[in-house]
Amino acid sequence: MITIVDYKAGNLTSVKRALDHLGIENQISKDPSVVRSADQIIFPGVGAAGAAMEALKERNLDLALKETFQKGTPILGICIGCQIILTHSEEDDTACLDLISGKTVRFQLSDPTLKVPHMGWNAVRVTQPHPILSHLRPGDEFYFVHSYYLQPDGATEVYAVSDYGGEFPVVIGMDNLFAVQFHAEKSGPLGLQLLKNFSEWRP
Amino acid sequence: MLSKRIISCLDVRDGKLAKSVKFINTKDIGNPVVQAKKYYDDGLDELVFYDITASSDKRDIMIDVVSSVAEQVFIPFSVGGGLRTVEDCSRVLLAGAEKVNVNSAAVRRPTLISEASRAFGAQAVVLSMDVLRVEPDPKIASGYEVVINGGRTRIGLDAIEWARRGEELGAGELVVNSIDADGTKEGYELTLTRMIAEAVSIPVIASGGGGKPEHLYDVLTEGKADAALVASMLHYGEYTVGEIKSYLAGRGLKIRTVN
Repeated sequence: MITIVDYKAGNLTSVKRALDHLGIENQISKDPSVVRSADQIIFPGVGAAGAAMEALKERNLDLALKETFQKGTPILGICIGCQIILTHSEEDDTACLDLISGKTVRFQLSDPTLKVPHMGWNAVRVTQPHPILSHLRPGDEFYFVHSYYLQPDGATEVYAVSDYGGEFPVVIGMDNLFAVQFHAEKSGPLGLQLLKNFSEWRP
Repeated sequence: MLSKRIISCLDVRDGKLAKSVKFINTKDIGNPVVQAKKYYDDGLDELVFYDITASSDKRDIMIDVVSSVAEQVFIPFSVGGGLRTVEDCSRVLLAGAEKVNVNSAAVRRPTLISEASRAFGAQAVVLSMDVLRVEPDPKIASGYEVVINGGRTRIGLDAIEWARRGEELGAGELVVNSIDADGTKEGYELTLTRMIAEAVSIPVIASGGGGKPEHLYDVLTEGKADAALVASMLHYGEYTVGEIKSYLAGRGLKIRTVN
């Protein structure tokens, strides 16, 4: 059973619909005790880092997530849920969960034809094999919407990159934690397969 | 680099497709959910549903359509038509749409854009504008005027000015629909699209006039559009999503291909 963490962050129902479609048992919960005892966790989100961290703290979900990470529960972060696992976000100058050390920074692109947010379909290049990415082939694209990008301190935590005025990390992970910048739940069959791979992942 | 997006627009009236679609099973004719699923399976990048239901008491049907689409189609889609308040927008987003599409209501009350943008984020707000080519005058310096009520009402608003204003108010994308090109199948309005794309820094989706894959190529290159909206080309079975995409990829555009 996958528990989808509800912290008022928007795309919960899209993730739920995708899991339902795949026949994967799931529930949405905002209760920290449910999150603590979850078999697997999806931590989704859209919106701003500051508001997301506030909502997590308000519900004591920040501590619950840190605990589940430490005890080895498989966790999948999506979009803002991927950004706020790092130490700090430049967006609203926000102190984040610090599960992986690093920060998120705003795109500063020298090419004026490249717009921010980075919104649309872009190719994802795997830089380090991982069971959750095992179905990807070169050139495969996913759907992105974001203005800030991931900058983990260590290169070993990066599993895939995309190119937008230069390469930047889009998938990061460590131990039982895996996180994608793109919206897997809106990225067609490849995104659905990624969710399925996560459900079968036993780190 | 981002791929150029191919987006299809489905007009829905009372929960059914407003235009007949040639190539689907007889029993499914007019079902927007079935059609959306087919385009999704064919590799379309995004969908727009436009609710043209005349009476407001039938608007709940659209919410059911949106939910059913969201259960089966796992690409982004937006919903427009009859959205006048943040509450209207909230309903379609909760039903599963990624984005709302506002048009005449935003011209009449521009703060709708800023309210929706604050509530849901700029990425969720698409400003759609219907544009008519006119003789340039001091008020309409660009020679392109925004019209409302499905193109019936002129209000003396310059399209370039409105596009810039929309961005300032918090729209995340613009759909630029040329009334002159719409339905002609002779190509998109390249001048208008390029003028707007150069005036704003948010993505521009070209609409109206697409009849052949080369028309999409022209508007995505010369017209500087980030995405192209297609309707009858697909709906009448003249081309498939795959055919359009292979053509564009063959001419060197970055296009998302689905195997």
